[in-house]
Amino acid sequence: MKKVIPVLVVSLLAAACAPDKPKQQEKDAYDSYETAEPLKNDHDGKGIGQVKDVTLNTPLEQERVGRGKAIYEMKCSACHQLTDQRVVGPGWKDVTTRRKPEWIMNMVTNVDVMLDQDAEAQKLLELCLTRMPNQNVSIGDARDILEFMRQNDGEK
Amino acid sequence: MLAVAAAFSAQRCKPSGPEQALTGDAASKVYVAPGKYDEFYNVVSGGFNGQIGIYGLPSGRLFKIIPVFSTFPENGYGYSEESKPMLNTSHGFVPWDDLHHIALSTTQGEHDGRWAFANGNNTPRVARIDLRTFKTAEILELPNSGGNHSSPFITENTEYVVAGTRFSVPMGDNTDVPISSYKKNFRGTVSFIKVDTSGRMNIAFQLVTPGVNFDLARAGKGPSHGWFFFSCYNTEQAYTLLEVNASQKDKDFIMAVNWKKAEEYLKAGKGKTVKAEYAHNTLDESTHTATSEILREVLQLDPLELKDIIYFIPCPKSPHGCDVDPTGEYIIGSGKLAALIPVFSFAKVQEAIAKQDFEGDFAGIPVIKYESALYGEVQKPGLGPLHTEFDGKGNAYTSMFVSSEIVKWNIKDLAVIDRVPTYYSIGHLSVPGGPTRKPHGKYVVAYNKITKDRYLPTGPELTQSAQLYDISGEKMKLILDFPTTGEPHYAEAIPAGLITPRSVKIFKLEENKHPYAALGEAKTKVERKGNEVHVYMTAIRSHLTPDNIEGIKQGDDVYFHVTNLEQDWDVPHGFAVKGALNAEILIMPGETQTLKWKADKVGIFPYYCTDFCSALHQEMQGYARVSAPGNNVPLKYSTGKIEDQTSGAAQ
Repeated sequence: MKKVIPVLVVSLLAAACAPDKPKQQEKDAYDSYETAEPLKNDHDGKGIGQVKDVTLNTPLEQERVGRGKAIYEMKCSACHQLTDQRVVGPGWKDVTTRRKPEWIMNMVTNVDVMLDQDAEAQKLLELCLTRMPNQNVSIGDARDILEFMRQNDGEK
Repeated sequence: MLAVAAAFSAQRCKPSGPEQALTGDAASKVYVAPGKYDEFYNVVSGGFNGQIGIYGLPSGRLFKIIPVFSTFPENGYGYSEESKPMLNTSHGFVPWDDLHHIALSTTQGEHDGRWAFANGNNTPRVARIDLRTFKTAEILELPNSGGNHSSPFITENTEYVVAGTRFSVPMGDNTDVPISSYKKNFRGTVSFIKVDTSGRMNIAFQLVTPGVNFDLARAGKGPSHGWFFFSCYNTEQAYTLLEVNASQKDKDFIMAVNWKKAEEYLKAGKGKTVKAEYAHNTLDESTHTATSEILREVLQLDPLELKDIIYFIPCPKSPHGCDVDPTGEYIIGSGKLAALIPVFSFAKVQEAIAKQDFEGDFAGIPVIKYESALYGEVQKPGLGPLHTEFDGKGNAYTSMFVSSEIVKWNIKDLAVIDRVPTYYSIGHLSVPGGPTRKPHGKYVVAYNKITKDRYLPTGPELTQSAQLYDISGEKMKLILDFPTTGEPHYAEAIPAGLITPRSVKIFKLEENKHPYAALGEAKTKVERKGNEVHVYMTAIRSHLTPDNIEGIKQGDDVYFHVTNLEQDWDVPHGFAVKGALNAEILIMPGETQTLKWKADKVGIFPYYCTDFCSALHQEMQGYARVSAPGNNVPLKYSTGKIEDQTSGAAQ
């Protein structure tokens, strides 16, 4: 409870007296990654974020693989190799066997919260020492990237 | 603890009355706690620095400098290949101008937060700044103008931005005339620049006027929408020692323009197309690149032939401000050498025109009788009235340059209510929303011309001083001094809520259509085209690709096209290379910008990221090798490739 009181005081002050941050900002979906209070659910290995359950299909969805590869080349390849070699970030080889699909998608779409709160993500930060940037990847794009990762790991 | 805090905040927000005239609570009125936002953006002209400063109110904190008519080595504006065309004119590349006035776009006479317009005084230009990106998006040069001072004032729905010339000049085919032939050969122009829904500007028409100096202007609003008012001085038509010779008459003019009438003439084909030469520069947001086009014609209307477009209203004495109150009925002339403030009535002006209640004409243009247009005069307001704004509660605030004060007076009864000193010699003033139909009130800011002892001395030149006054009560109260850069002339303030929700955080890589963009490291490359070497480079925390380049020849022009692959807010990268004769560039997330570099010497040239980006920022670097023309080093480039040490030695 100790922590809650100062928060209350500040918000009361803010409510009583302008100037304050404009209200619209909280409603702005663009900002949701900064202001959202995600649920802590990092015990199930799925990470923290909007992605709760991913269904994987076999054979691979080739359209997704193609789109995922294009996104990889534009936004990810600067730091991630497709082999197991770590450069700025870890290589992607076998990432789909190391991590649950939900964890991967949450890491890609909710990276700031993951780096602050998810134990596995924090271990990676200690290893790489560069915060993975938010690359403004949508959930749909992340799903495409995941499909491309599965192909990279030899799935058909 | 909770109760104490709540009580404190309640007390802080009590409306201030005269009993609080002592400024004991001034600090809390301007205090914006760490992490909190200001209530208003203050968009402030930079005068001779050619820039716009963005400040917060009430804190007075400086957030950003937007280069408009000036090069800016800090971010490469005017130096990068993409931004150079923005400063092109009919005279070529003009890297400086004198930016005096701001106009924030309006819809139905109220701020809408889309654009800021600004004037370039010296080489006549008008700029449009996009308030989503805070970048200069467009610059339009003005032909037949000799100093664009009476600008960029806008109509109620941003239909037009106007540009009135300060200096009248000879125009047409023969401009090589004796200066002493002013009366015969010199003319003024007022350009009406049409603004379309995307913001794009073009000169719809120019009104050719008798030779005078135009100073400031305001559009009508509400009942007076469709009219525009310009202050004129030098109706003596002097061309030398204006200090004396343009101050002879008791009254100069406010020029009333019926622009709806001008539109009718235009529609009826009464415009005359004349030859001209002026640049129109626009920024394409998808290519992050500006282009410049030289236009060759402009349409003119001659009010001497086309009656009922313009009328003169006598106004004492060398008027500067020419301000229309929020109701649109009252036009306040601020004659900077006058000892009173005339208030004109739009209804009476209309009546006088209908009855042809004229005292004569000036160079063929009807002059309305002073008394017939006048609502009344504010007597003994102070010395040197310059500019007036409004609080929306029936009060006007006029800056007094000579007596260094702001005077608050009531528009209806013309009585002075309050006066406060400014430090020192106030020029323009600004009330948030002051020129609109719905002023936000609350504060008035004084932009002073003289600073003297207000801050720690910094040699002969001092920062400019602005002062913030609380106008929520009957009496004005000084609550803050804050320094400003350049020399602010006019400024506007707008509620933050009209800007922040639409503020752009990144440029999407998917939308980047720059022809030299490398959208991903796999797309990086180095190409030779004759003596040009084009490097398609990417930047991401924390490396540049390629970071080893060989095969550049001495004398080559090397173009570093750097794409920032980041897609996160506030992660720009910078790029600088040793010996560059221009500047650095800053590249926003998702953007591509180009630095041209002359490889003038043989050797190894380091390049690096200049904007601190991560713990490994200091590692974000590369080498370019420049070889003598006869040395046959093949063009190659890489990142992260480690070569055998011995193999490179011989080459």
